Amino acid sequence: MRRNARIDIDGVSVFFPLYHGSSRSLKKTILAAASGRLGKDMQQRVVVQALRDISFTLNSGDRLGLIGMNGAGKTTLLRTLAGIYEPVMGHMRIDGSLNSLLDPNLGMSTELTGRENVLLRGLYNGLPRPEISRLEEDVATFAELGDFMDLPIRTYSSGMVMRLGFAMATAIRPQILLMDEWFMVGDAEFREKAQVRLENMVRGAEILVISTHDTSVVRNWCTRVLWLDQGRIHLDGTPEEVLEAYLGHPLTPLEAERV
Amino acid sequence: MSSTVHDPVARAGVLDFRGQMSMAARNRWAVRDIVEGLQLWPLARSLGWLDIRLRYRGSLLGPGWLTLSTAVMIGALGVLYSTLFQIDVHDYLPFLALSQILWTFLAAMVSEGCSCFTQAEGMILAVRMPLFLHALRTLVRNVLVLAHNVLVLVAVYIYFQINPGWTALLSLPGMAIWVVDMLAFCLLLGAFCARFRDVGPIIGSLMQIAFFLTPVIWQPEQLGPSRWVLPFNPFFALLEIVRAPLLGVVPSHTVWSAALLYSGILCLVAWLFFVRARGRVPFWM
Repeated sequence: MRRNARIDIDGVSVFFPLYHGSSRSLKKTILAAASGRLGKDMQQRVVVQALRDISFTLNSGDRLGLIGMNGAGKTTLLRTLAGIYEPVMGHMRIDGSLNSLLDPNLGMSTELTGRENVLLRGLYNGLPRPEISRLEEDVATFAELGDFMDLPIRTYSSGMVMRLGFAMATAIRPQILLMDEWFMVGDAEFREKAQVRLENMVRGAEILVISTHDTSVVRNWCTRVLWLDQGRIHLDGTPEEVLEAYLGHPLTPLEAERV
Repeated sequence: MSSTVHDPVARAGVLDFRGQMSMAARNRWAVRDIVEGLQLWPLARSLGWLDIRLRYRGSLLGPGWLTLSTAVMIGALGVLYSTLFQIDVHDYLPFLALSQILWTFLAAMVSEGCSCFTQAEGMILAVRMPLFLHALRTLVRNVLVLAHNVLVLVAVYIYFQINPGWTALLSLPGMAIWVVDMLAFCLLLGAFCARFRDVGPIIGSLMQIAFFLTPVIWQPEQLGPSRWVLPFNPFFALLEIVRAPLLGVVPSHTVWSAALLYSGILCLVAWLFFVRARGRVPFWM
């Protein structure tokens, strides 16, 4: 029997070292200084404290929304949950298969064709060949790419790239799905289709963590919201509580309607 | 939805990180990285293969250009240097072909090893992946290039009727050492160059110097009585354990010991660095 998915995070901090070319680090230094997050690590290197002392637990069925300003640490938190950035401090345990949609392009080679990218994704997930052909079919149908499947991704429009990325990530069913807000772009028709497919996926009693600026997404999909500010959890609660505090006013009838 | 029946399930697993890891924990994670990398061998193979296909996509000969350009270069250099060095082309050209092809492989592995992580930046930041996978991909890609170049070598051997005999089999353990060393190079240089971006160009120019200091286009015998210095050159020892048997010569004990010693040091240094750097590489992208 498959184990239930679970995310357990306790006191996790992630620091970014500032090293590279002067322009790059200067920019980062200024940005970080502006947000009061510049510190030194044990070896006296200058670091940006991207996440500070984050703790929470998610169980099967939880849908967590991450809100906060740009640079609040939403993407870093998603990447940490995905196991890409390893925490500098604290303890993190992720149980279950995991899939992340952090950026439509990420993980895809723009020089390769759609089909080749699907093949790579399938191999990454350790699928046997027959399943990979089924995966190709599924992705091609859902993303409505037609003949574009055999053209390099760099020839795609941004909407097509997004559809391909979304179709790929949702074709392989994870127990834990991590999403950045990019997927909400695209035409209305696709959004509707995407929502149906995503809801199918989330209904499988798995965990969703989604980072977004869109309050309607939070209200429609999430059962819990974290408001991140300067790498810390500012507020943790139900969508209604956190959104009202975040927006600074009670939810308007229009916003409430979308629940 | 019909596809729900067959929905492939993503790779399951448990990730358990603890900040400020002990040395033992770091070693365990490094071992896990290598093991997971090996499990993803089909992916590494496809990535390496697609790299080659991509490089020559849209060209008439495709990867055949590899074979052709090597053939042209070896033909030209062979005639030029056999005249310059006043060596019979029958003796020199097969030596040059073999040396040049093997050196091209070594040099490309070292220089591409430097960028093996930085060029996979998109992937590294998109999904959790063992870093060893990128080392394997670099190896696959260069072995494929080598395989195309070997055709030239076969042609040269047939034309000059050279038969190294059973001694050639002695190159197999040498090749095994190469595989291990090249993967170690990738992990070491890949991580190091991700952290210090100017190391790549420095290594590039060092390899240029190494090319002239190593008997690739010149033969070891031409050094005369000073030949004893050669085993101090790691590239000579490594090159010789594969090259000599393919020319029908058994490598000396000195050469073998030197090659093993250098490989041991390389692997040790690479491991120590990789164990420390592994978790930091994504932050350096």
